[in-house]
Amino acid sequence: MGLGELRVKVERNRLRSFLREQTDRLVTGLAILATLLVVAPLVAIFVYLVFKGASSLNVSFFTQNPKPVGESGGGMANAIAGSGILLGIASLIGIPVGIGGGIFLAEFGRGTKLADAVRFTADVLNGVPSIVMGIAIYALIVVPQGHFSAFAGGVALGIMMIPTVCRTTEEMLLMVPHAVREAALALGVPNWRSVLSITVKTASPGIITGCMLAFARVAGETAPLIFTALGNTYWSTNLNREIAALPLQIWIYAQSPYDDWHRLAWAGALVLIILIVTAVSLVRYVTSRGVLKGAS
Amino acid sequence: MGVGIEVINLNAWYGTNHSLQDINLNIPGNHATALIGPSGCGKSTFVRCLNRMHETNPVARVTGTVRIGDLDIYQDAKPVEIRRRVGMVFQRPNPFPTMSIYDNVAAGLKLNGYSNHRVLDEIVEKSLKNSALWDEVKDDLKKKSGASLSGGQQQRLCIARALAVDPEVLLMDEPASALDPVSTSKIEDLIFQLKSQYTIVIVTHNMQQAARVAEKTGFFLNGRMVEFDSTHKIFTNPSDKRTEDYITGRFG
Repeated sequence: MGLGELRVKVERNRLRSFLREQTDRLVTGLAILATLLVVAPLVAIFVYLVFKGASSLNVSFFTQNPKPVGESGGGMANAIAGSGILLGIASLIGIPVGIGGGIFLAEFGRGTKLADAVRFTADVLNGVPSIVMGIAIYALIVVPQGHFSAFAGGVALGIMMIPTVCRTTEEMLLMVPHAVREAALALGVPNWRSVLSITVKTASPGIITGCMLAFARVAGETAPLIFTALGNTYWSTNLNREIAALPLQIWIYAQSPYDDWHRLAWAGALVLIILIVTAVSLVRYVTSRGVLKGAS
Repeated sequence: MGVGIEVINLNAWYGTNHSLQDINLNIPGNHATALIGPSGCGKSTFVRCLNRMHETNPVARVTGTVRIGDLDIYQDAKPVEIRRRVGMVFQRPNPFPTMSIYDNVAAGLKLNGYSNHRVLDEIVEKSLKNSALWDEVKDDLKKKSGASLSGGQQQRLCIARALAVDPEVLLMDEPASALDPVSTSKIEDLIFQLKSQYTIVIVTHNMQQAARVAEKTGFFLNGRMVEFDSTHKIFTNPSDKRTEDYITGRFG
């Protein structure tokens, strides 16, 4: 190989490595940009809510019920309590049914026609607009009972949670390695016991995330509550009466012509987001406390 | 105490694939028996027939008789009962990732409803000592996850887990093939100690390993057992030409 040839080769290698470095920078830059685009809306919403709503947040917001039109002040204590009750009922329905369905899909019904039907139904249910869910529960519960109720609202939200919980539970269970199931079976553990104590336990962080996603999603729903929980300007914890909810109250206040109510609506939106973030973080903290060193 | 295993006319299928054909052999109790042969020859399928683990695969089917001690495992008992008497260690260490070291060892007992803490403590300690892991983990029993251990330690943890339910037979499906040489030699030492108390059947790709730990060796080829004899005889003076070709490295 002549000296000239060698020089050409060295030059070419230098060019290649330069191009490689530039490509690396470009791709890294794009990834960072994408990350910012994901985070930006969330930060923007939160900052805007704080900007608009924080000034109306005070103790009475959390302790007082709405005041009649014309009187200033008042709070959303009834709506905060109402949302708590509605989400409690929804979780009691949506989480057990969803997890149970997910376990069936991943463990017991695999490959059966029934499982295909359940999976299809869950996916369709996931796509049903929330207002339709409200009307369905109105027809199924509110009309036969003859009155709006917290119970009906909770059921509507609970049913909306089911498909998300069900499908994430299935996905998470399918991710548990086959070797872990085999290990349990080889110890002479019956299959049902192995599923509940080993597979579900191994998949539990993912399943909890799915439940939290579903919870956060329905926590902000207004439409299914319009025909079911209806809303209430007074304090009520009676499951058989109409009940207030934060998203409903925000919706009503935001449409009103009063500046005072607009400010309360902003504060309500801020509180709703803070409550969701707090609830999700709390669950994550509580469930992560038992995790051992080096557990995967 | 370990018991002998008698296999009569065992045939196994996965779907339409006839993966084990007319296997007959007697595995002696309280000894280690090695099964060697090229990949896909049926030796793993064979050990899975000894604790009915192959039944976890819905397309698998078996005919023939397997007697473990006095028990005809396909006639007299349910799979879960057999698996408690016939422990199994897999190729890749598979501790329960969310459980502590202690819970991993106690899993077989706890999941079958056993809950006396004092007895469990004793069994866990004894099992970990038997698997030569006790000294390395005794300070972190309940603090660390089974998945935090090294590969070799995880495999010994899996052995302890299998021993904790007090089986009579221990099946090992290439227990050292995913491990480094130091961990491998620890596992081999362990097999050497354990065979005084248990009947051990070990599947291995490593012929030196078979020669080191086992009194008896069986050679499998294409779903059939070609030869079963004392390890010494198999490796020095095999009676079948195919065995000789395999151990001298002419194929496989």
